[in-house]
Amino acid sequence: MPTTVPAYGKEAAERLASMADVTADDRALRRFLHGLPGVDAVGLQARAATLGTRSIKTTAKAYAIDLAISMIDLTTLEGADTPGKVRSLCAKGINPDPTDRTAPQVAAICVYGDMVATAKEALKGSGIHVAAVATAFPSGRAALPVKLADTRDAVAAGADEIDMVIDRGAFLSGRYLDVFEEIRQVKDACVREDGTAAHLKVIFETGELQTYDNVRHASWLAMLAGADFIKTSTGKVAVNATPPVTLVLLEAVRDFRAAVGVQVGVKPAGGIRTSKDAIKYLVMVNETLGGEWLSPDWFRFGASSLLNDLLMQRQKLSTGRYSGPDYVTVD
Amino acid sequence: MPVFEYAPAPESRTVVDIAPSYGLFIDGEFGEAGDGKVFKTLSPSSEEALSEVAQAGAEDVDRAVKAARKAFTAWSALPGSERAKYLFRIARIIQERSRELAVLESLDNGKPIRESRDADLPLVAAHFFYYAGWADKLAYAGYGTDPKPLGVAGQIIPWNFPLLMLAWKIAPALATGNTVVLKPAETTPLSALFFADICRQAGLPKGVVNIITGDGSTGAELVAHPGIDKVAFTGSTEVGKAIARTVAGTKKKVTLELGGKAANIVFDDAPIDQAVEGIIGGIFFNQGHVCCAGSRLLVQESVQDELLDALKRRMGTLRVGDPMDKNTDIGAINSAEQLARIRALADAGEAEGAERWAPECELPSSGYWFAPTLFTGVTQAHRIAREEIFGPVLSVLTFRTPEEAVAKANNTPYGLSAGIWTEKGSRILWMANKLRAGVVWSNTFNKFDPASPFGGYKESGYGREGGRHGLEAYLDV
Repeated sequence: MPTTVPAYGKEAAERLASMADVTADDRALRRFLHGLPGVDAVGLQARAATLGTRSIKTTAKAYAIDLAISMIDLTTLEGADTPGKVRSLCAKGINPDPTDRTAPQVAAICVYGDMVATAKEALKGSGIHVAAVATAFPSGRAALPVKLADTRDAVAAGADEIDMVIDRGAFLSGRYLDVFEEIRQVKDACVREDGTAAHLKVIFETGELQTYDNVRHASWLAMLAGADFIKTSTGKVAVNATPPVTLVLLEAVRDFRAAVGVQVGVKPAGGIRTSKDAIKYLVMVNETLGGEWLSPDWFRFGASSLLNDLLMQRQKLSTGRYSGPDYVTVD
Repeated sequence: MPVFEYAPAPESRTVVDIAPSYGLFIDGEFGEAGDGKVFKTLSPSSEEALSEVAQAGAEDVDRAVKAARKAFTAWSALPGSERAKYLFRIARIIQERSRELAVLESLDNGKPIRESRDADLPLVAAHFFYYAGWADKLAYAGYGTDPKPLGVAGQIIPWNFPLLMLAWKIAPALATGNTVVLKPAETTPLSALFFADICRQAGLPKGVVNIITGDGSTGAELVAHPGIDKVAFTGSTEVGKAIARTVAGTKKKVTLELGGKAANIVFDDAPIDQAVEGIIGGIFFNQGHVCCAGSRLLVQESVQDELLDALKRRMGTLRVGDPMDKNTDIGAINSAEQLARIRALADAGEAEGAERWAPECELPSSGYWFAPTLFTGVTQAHRIAREEIFGPVLSVLTFRTPEEAVAKANNTPYGLSAGIWTEKGSRILWMANKLRAGVVWSNTFNKFDPASPFGGYKESGYGREGGRHGLEAYLDV
């Protein structure tokens, strides 16, 4: 098995290795995960709702909008994607508002593996990352060798980040160690020939995990296996990112860093369409994790239509008027 | 490290029109006190005088009681469904005017607008709606087929939730066919006077609701007045005891909602993040000016460090300041007198050896302020573990076994509320049976609902408000 190159440094890797006994076998892993504090659903939802009532105005709003734009993984994940569509998305990521060059660029362009080379080429020199969904996205229902090949393909094509999905079937049937091993092997598959590695984002599809306890267990499981980011959803199911689910992820990365010393990023994805929603998420990050996570290095939005709403709000702040959808680009 | 500063988001004061002076509301009319005495009501966050209100004397109390007595005959004779119409109308007007009332309450009381807007006002309307629903169903409340009202209720309410306490008192009284004379606290009289206007707007018959403003002497006159049939009081245990002495030996019925020193008990298997929120809400909601506040945190020794770290981190995110800012979590202490009491007790905690901690926070220069404060190393022998502080001060004690938690929780002269945090359902039920407290919350805290009865054991008073039980206090049963 190739050795994983951790993005977070040697010392943290050693601390993570010291947690090896909790992943020794399925029973130890289950005991550990089930020993984590429970999540009270009513209290969690109340807290998420309260954070959503912060009133963000004027300078704070301008700051939040630019921050949110810089955190977007601008995404196209359609069967009908063409190189042309990906190239125009890349152009938009580099220069989101043609009428206002002060608008920040997005964090990454997120595409299917076969579009990585196209995106990489289109983004050359921009500093914007290419994120590729892999591991039989979005269902994750394929044999492990297929998933690993999918990952290696995307990495070889130049992906900076890999968004993998976990095997929800294995997770829900309690085969935690299988999920753990799979994440670890995908993490290894992210290693490039030069020894560096693509960042690994692990998608839980929280809408399918059903309970908040499951979401917390999945978060720790992924982080123990070496996830660089944990991500709520694929955007392909009925229930995607919600504020309470994202709050569980935020609490998990906070507690994980306190326990292991490794900082992990968080990415809510799917269904975040308005500036108002995005700002609520930023408030949640701010008040749960603080400024250390308020950067595209540690927090991302998986979204496609959010950018335009942010741009329209941005134009409104600078001109005092609402413009409308014809004043931002369609893709 | 980036900093996400929230720009101020002040609620507008222009939605409320406060008159320079207010009289007493007796028999449907506003009028001056007999001897013309007045006092000022201040905004606790700025010490600015908001208005002048009348100081009711013995003669004014007498007029108010007589007006209520006169109105009682017709009001109690109305069919319940007719009384319900008035109550529903009042509830709807409260909803329509809720923004105005929330702003008024925050100005006069010092509580943050997000609490008056999101907690107080919705509950005020809910109480009127709830008891409006009971008015024509009293025969089914379990107090006989034709329960009768008591007559005139003399009601005295505190300054912590002025309008909500008014709703708790007036809604069941009117639903059951009583008429009332209500005295709001001297530091927060304005919302009750606005309510008087709502009564007129709703076309409530004259004299059914009378509002008299004044200090403790006015309250004492009201309690002692021979013309009232029922005393309902929410406030300090000290005053409650004085009231009990006054009415002893008379035919007056009495309910008392007094102080508390609630235990918030956290077991090692608790949902930690939600427990932290519950602790924060339990003690810092309304600046800790809550009789059922979870002012004693009993935490299982094994998770003490973890929980305290989380609690301190969370306390660091509380925003203290202008009550009118929509982002403020903790507003002003209600009065200079109350601030002095909180300071004295906190100083006593330090002097007795408990360790004091507060997050860094800048307090405004004018007004009455106290930073959210935590005391660790507190024992049952400390004053801060025994006396009600009625402010944003949390005392942390530890326990090792469920039995010890119960013993410590019950070892208080009070018994209003308690909280249990554990993932184990059987333990919640076992604890709830053992705790001598009127309300026991599990995995939550400070939740109120008009359908849920509320009241205390021991020095926390007697009688229940809210729910079907709350009707009994206003019926001859």
